[in-house]
Amino acid sequence: MELLDFLTPSDEISANGGPEDHVVLSSRVRLARNISGVPFPGRAKKSSREESCEAIRPSVSGASAMRGGFSSGMGDLKALDKQLLVERHLISREHAAKGGGSALVLNKDETLSVMVNEEDHLRMQALLPGMQIKQVWQKIDRFDTSLEKKLEYAYDASYGYLTACPTNLGTGIRVSAMLHLPGLVLTDQVNQIVQAVTKLGHAVRGLYGEGTEALGHIFQVSNQMTLGESEADIIERIHKVVLQIIEHETNARATLQQGKPKELFNHIGRAYGALANAHIVSSKESMNQLSLIRLGVKLGMFDELKTSAVDELFLITQPAHLQQLVGEKLSGEERDVHRADLLRSRLSGVQGPQVSE
Amino acid sequence: MHLTEIVNGQMKKIDLCEECAKDKGVTDPQGFALADLLLGLGASSEMESVSSELECPTCGFTQADFKKTGRLGCSTCYTVFGEPLEGMLKQMHKGTQHVGKVPKALRAKLDITKQRDSLAEQLQKAIETENYEEAARLRDQLKELESVASVEEGS
Repeated sequence: MELLDFLTPSDEISANGGPEDHVVLSSRVRLARNISGVPFPGRAKKSSREESCEAIRPSVSGASAMRGGFSSGMGDLKALDKQLLVERHLISREHAAKGGGSALVLNKDETLSVMVNEEDHLRMQALLPGMQIKQVWQKIDRFDTSLEKKLEYAYDASYGYLTACPTNLGTGIRVSAMLHLPGLVLTDQVNQIVQAVTKLGHAVRGLYGEGTEALGHIFQVSNQMTLGESEADIIERIHKVVLQIIEHETNARATLQQGKPKELFNHIGRAYGALANAHIVSSKESMNQLSLIRLGVKLGMFDELKTSAVDELFLITQPAHLQQLVGEKLSGEERDVHRADLLRSRLSGVQGPQVSE
Repeated sequence: MHLTEIVNGQMKKIDLCEECAKDKGVTDPQGFALADLLLGLGASSEMESVSSELECPTCGFTQADFKKTGRLGCSTCYTVFGEPLEGMLKQMHKGTQHVGKVPKALRAKLDITKQRDSLAEQLQKAIETENYEEAARLRDQLKELESVASVEEGS
């Protein structure tokens, strides 16, 4: 099956809301696992990577949780397909660069995804919308246990699950929440929050993980330590931190509404004005302006616009999604024009932000 | 070869070809000591000289490879580089003993090992206190446990 026929359409996937989704866009847990006695993918020669991939892939795609799912070698996917998967957060940018000897397996509703031979033999993740950190952990824990019967993991009594990078050693777990924090950015509090979270030993990153910018006021909070602490404790700590951030963000929005309403409405009004009328929009601008419109929707300023519609725009204005929609390969400049056309057509018809004073 | 020197707050950048660098003696093997220290590797130069000879017998990975990539080559590397890794892990993580999930198949094995150790200890105590009745009972239990373990390992 072609990837495009399998993937849930952008409007449907954006319609899946979750708890606390005014701040938490999605929750994710990934586990790193390796097969005992087989060199890690980074060390293995291509022939040996192909061999291990062939050995691992059937166990993953044959798991009952993967029924009706999608499985493909990375060498069989087009460059655009891979980029779509990155924009959906289903594979890492590193994995998108892989070819033969690596593979991808997705479950039917794209809540489970397994990268075979990324940095480790297996990188499996569960992804759900909104604040569902505990649910994603249960989901991936169950899946991991089901694979145990078919694959012999590299495991050491004192070091736990052995991983290619020592930063993942032990539990191999990375718990993360994607957070939308326009309130904290507009009130200049976000740096304080980032520092506090970092001090607690967690990492704060941009939209696409390591080394990426916090475009669209979106931040990823995740654990950094994986050894010497149980999964349950790690989950609990991140859960608490995220609840705190939700509270701060909610307060920041209220402060803006009450203390500086003109400034807030100005930001949102301008964002709407720009996207509803512009003819050239970079992906950076579109994310930052859509972020403000999303804030406006959540504050009840748009009668005719739903969060899901804004989230869909967020997704389909990304480079690969845009090119898939237009149906041809586009240069950067062409994309900016098509992006603007798309945003205008979706936004100029709806009523602009309403202010009740 | 790019050399950046900071002396008294003044930064100087010099670009040299490899041969000139050798001639001028700027190939300083200790030059990366700070980076190593930060990574917890080569905390003492003594360990450095020992560990630089380490090579994984399974995958041929060397300490130099690890420094370059920050990744290990295979499971065995963790045993081979255990000593220099320990300091790094201490800085990186909450502890150096895994306390999380254990694969089910191993859990049974680990449990048996634990039971065996505990029984052997009790047996030793019983012998020391000349409680032979108890010692005989414990010895039978230990035998039974070992036969169970060997059946499981064989399956």
